Order: sequence, then C-alpha cells, then structure tokens
Amino acid sequence: MALSVDDVQRAAHLARIEITAAEAFDVQNKLEGVFRLIERMRAVDTTGIVPMSHAQDVMLPLREDHMSESDPHKRDLYQRNAPAVEDGLYLVPKVIE
Amino acid sequence: MKWEVVVGIETHTQLSTASKIFSSASTAFGAVPNSHASAVDIALPGVLPVLNKGAVERAIRFGLAVGGTINRRSVFARKNYFYPDLPKGYQISQYEIPVVQGGSIAIVSPTRGAFRVALTRAHLEEDAGKSLHEAFDSPGGLGRGMTGIDFNRAGTPLLEIVSEPDLRSSEEAVAYAKTLHSLVKWIGICDGNMQEGSFRCDANVSVRLAGDAKLGTRCEIKNLNSFRFMQQAIEFEVRRQIELIEDGGTMVQETRLYDPDRNETRSMRSKEDAQDYRYFPDPDLPPLVIDGTWIEQVRAEMPELPESMAHRFVGDYGVPITDAVQLTASREIARYFESTVQAPVGVHLSGKTAANWILGEITARLNRDGIEIEQAPVRPHEFAQLLARFQDNTIAGSIAKAVLDRMWNSEIGGEADAIIAAKGLRQISDSGAIEKLVDDVLAANPAIVAEYQAGKAKAFNSLVGKAMAATKGKANPAQVNAILKRKLAG
Repeated sequence: MALSVDDVQRAAHLARIEITAAEAFDVQNKLEGVFRLIERMRAVDTTGIVPMSHAQDVMLPLREDHMSESDPHKRDLYQRNAPAVEDGLYLVPKVIE
Repeated sequence: MKWEVVVGIETHTQLSTASKIFSSASTAFGAVPNSHASAVDIALPGVLPVLNKGAVERAIRFGLAVGGTINRRSVFARKNYFYPDLPKGYQISQYEIPVVQGGSIAIVSPTRGAFRVALTRAHLEEDAGKSLHEAFDSPGGLGRGMTGIDFNRAGTPLLEIVSEPDLRSSEEAVAYAKTLHSLVKWIGICDGNMQEGSFRCDANVSVRLAGDAKLGTRCEIKNLNSFRFMQQAIEFEVRRQIELIEDGGTMVQETRLYDPDRNETRSMRSKEDAQDYRYFPDPDLPPLVIDGTWIEQVRAEMPELPESMAHRFVGDYGVPITDAVQLTASREIARYFESTVQAPVGVHLSGKTAANWILGEITARLNRDGIEIEQAPVRPHEFAQLLARFQDNTIAGSIAKAVLDRMWNSEIGGEADAIIAAKGLRQISDSGAIEKLVDDVLAANPAIVAEYQAGKAKAFNSLVGKAMAATKGKANPAQVNAILKRKLAG
C-alpha cells in the first residue's frame, strides 16, 4: 500500500502532531517500512484463526457498582496542575465563537 | 412528486448506576463543578479504566427486553477526536462488536398502526464532560474569553441505542422515542430525565421519491431534548430537503443543530476534514465476556415487559388493545390499573370501564394538577369502590365524576360510599318515582312534547335533560329514556 505525503500530513493533523514538510518525507519513509512489515505478515495463512482484539487472552475484570470516590479535597489537588481554573472549572481557550 | 420521509434514531441513554462506567466517582447530577471527577475521569497519566458491572448488567437487561443478541464477547474501542471536554483525546466506546445487536421495539404509528422498529445495535460508552461557553466573559475575571470545563459528567455510562431507518414520519419518530423512553424507565436502566440529559436523541433524516429503493442523502439532527422539538425539527428538515431537491439542489451529508427558538435546523460548522475517528480496540480493556449464567440471572430478575402486559390486560380484563398500550406506558399506570381491577370491592369490576376512567378522568386530573399517578390523592382501592358504585347503578356517570372530585379533594374522608351517603347522591332507580318524574316533565313542557310529536327527534333529548336536571343528575338515565319513550308513544 502506497502512502502519499498528503496522507502523512492528514494523519498528523488528525493526531494534532506538528510536522514540517521536510519531516513529512522522513515520516512517510518510516511508515512505509511499517506497511512493508504488515504486507509480509499478511502472507501468513490465518485461515480459521479468530482475530484477537487484545494482545493478552484475558477477560475484562469488572468492578461492583459502588461509589467510593467523593473526596472534595481531591479537586483542589488535581486543579493545582491546571494552567487556569475559575469557580472550580478548568479553563481552556474558547472552543466556539 | 410524492416524497417519502425516512428516519432513524440514535439515542444516548444515561444508565442509572451509582458510579461511573470506568471509575468509582459519583454519577449524581447537579453537583459542584468537578467534585465528581476522579483521576480516571480527568485522564491523569497512568490511570486505568475498570468497567462497572452495573452498566453491563443494564445493557444485558436492555438486550433481553428488545429480543436482541447479547454478544458473549464484545470489544471496547477508542474513538479518537480532540475536544476540551474529552480529556483523554478519545472516547471509550464500542465499535465493531457492541454488547447488543439486533432486536426490535413495537410501536403504534398514527398512520400505519402497530409495527416493530428494528434496532441495529446498542453499545456501551462513556459520556464526555460539559463545556460552559457563556460564563467567563466577566470584565476583570480570570477567564475572560475562555471556556470552562466541568468533568462531572465525564465517564457517566451511556447505552447508545441505534434504530434502523424504519420510521416514515415525524410522528412515527416521536412514537418510537416515546416507546423507547418508557421502556428504559420500565426496566429500570435509566431515569429518563430529559431536562437533565438522561435521554438524548439524534435523528437521521432523509427523503426519497416514493417507490425508490435507494435511500436519499441524510442529515443528522442533534439537540433534540424534547419530543416536541424532535417532531418540529424533523418536519422542518423534511421541508428543507424537499425544497432543496425540487429546486435542483444536491443534498450534502452533514450534522445539523436544531434551534428551538427559531424552529429551524442549521448546519454545524463544517469541519475541514471529514470525521475520521480512527477507531481501534482499546489496549487498556480486554474483551468483555458475558457468560450464559449471567444472562439467565438477569433474565430471571426482569419485570414483565409492557408489550406482554398489554396483551395480558386484553386477555384477562377485556381491555381494548389501544387502551392496554396506554395503560402500559409506565409501570406506575399499569400498577394503578391492575390494583384497581383487583381491589376487593364485592363486585367484579369491568376492566374496560376502569381503563376508560383511568385514561380519561384520572389522567385529566393528573395533568391539571401536574402530578404523576403515584401521587394521585385517590388510591386504587378507593377508586375501585367508586367504580363499583357506578357499575352497580348506585350512582350515574356524571355523579360519579363529581364524587371523584370530592374524593380527590379528600372531602368526607375521601371515601366514595361516605360521600354518596352524606350528599344524598344515590341514583334514583325506583320506577314509580321515575314514572312520576317523567309525568311532571311532560306536563311542564308541552311545547317540547309538541315539537317531538311533529317529528323533531332532538326534542326527545331535551326532555331527558329536563328530567335529569330536575333530579340533579341522580335519575337512572336508562330508565328515564325507556319510560319517556313509552309515555310519548302511548
């Protein structure tokens, strides 16, 4: 599968990763290396093998529906990391006009 | 040209768990901002999600209620997009293998009658936080021109229920949404509070020429937080699409927002990139495995479902099916009805009469007072006593309504028998007394009698009215009719 520089730029934009035009060619090369690897793996006969959605064959552990986190002081602790807060809200640059 | 409307509905149902889907923070509505946002909910580095069993159980309950397939193995996926109220940069949802697939919901269409709306799927996911755009423009305030984020809602469990495009009008869309709304409340998986956002619908709307097999290009309408808005938004959107196409335009697939103030839908800001969520299985969460034992346990605890209860009301109590459907709109109404007809009042109460009175008189009073049936001041056993007196002809219908009003206001202890006795409301069924009454009416109204005998049939009703009025409604109307007819003929 061929990957264009436009594909690379689009994927970078979707992931909010800034890459320059020069870097894009380098990234394109590396990703094409990944695709070549995938091509080689596709040659393996997987007939009758159920696809795995997870690297480990384990079951998802579940927790009982108990509310056990209600420490109001935690909020202040967490918000110490935030660049800006007001009235208990995290402030971010305006997202709509 | 004859246009056909095609609608499918996606519903975000907030599941009624105490804690969030992947954290043990509270899901309670209306708390102080960010006081219910745990380290997992705000996506601090190094945290791991642990799935809430209660959310899965509710999804199973839904799957069983709609006759869908509960997937023994389902997969959580990351839906990637950037928005400040989504702190991880992705939403944990289900994509290729949802917890529930298929199933259907029986609705009654105002035009096509009863039919089943097929469901595509129902999947578990987490809700995002809330962006507050308005509050931070105060002069001198820290956050001038900023958006405030409250993560209390982030991580609230949602079951997204997707219907097939089986609906053919705004009315059918509303009928579906209302039926689904009462079903999720009935099986206790959602509180159904639309003001608080517990039940949120998006509508996929398209039009095509009648007879076309291919679906038209659709628009998704968001922000339908009431049934009325849903109907208005779809009607507007259908008109817009038909006009656009008839004027030679081309439909563009897009997301539109309904503005109830202007009663219109408008395009949400178009994004430069088409939506590309780059879903992939979440490596933090291995597959969700649901075994048969668990499904059977949930099945055993399921309440009787509204559809089967409605059919039982038809079979057991002789209620017409349309009434039975209305009586099973909520468990509370159904319970009120069944408690009424089963109350030990000495006579076998007619289910049809009880249904009529509950859907008519009781419902009208509940609407007038803005209360729910569980708050009705007249309880089922008291109401049953009133119906018994109506049924055994102790009182006529009009009097029974007046007695119901007195019971509603708790006059004389709110008991039907006590009120009938104290107010002398017992129906006059003594034929001698009614003969005399009719004679008096005939003697006092020779003009009306003459009209009747001249062929004016309506005059008869006028004479019945006079007789009823003379006894303040207490005369047995059937007897008055019969005796009057005989005397006029003779």
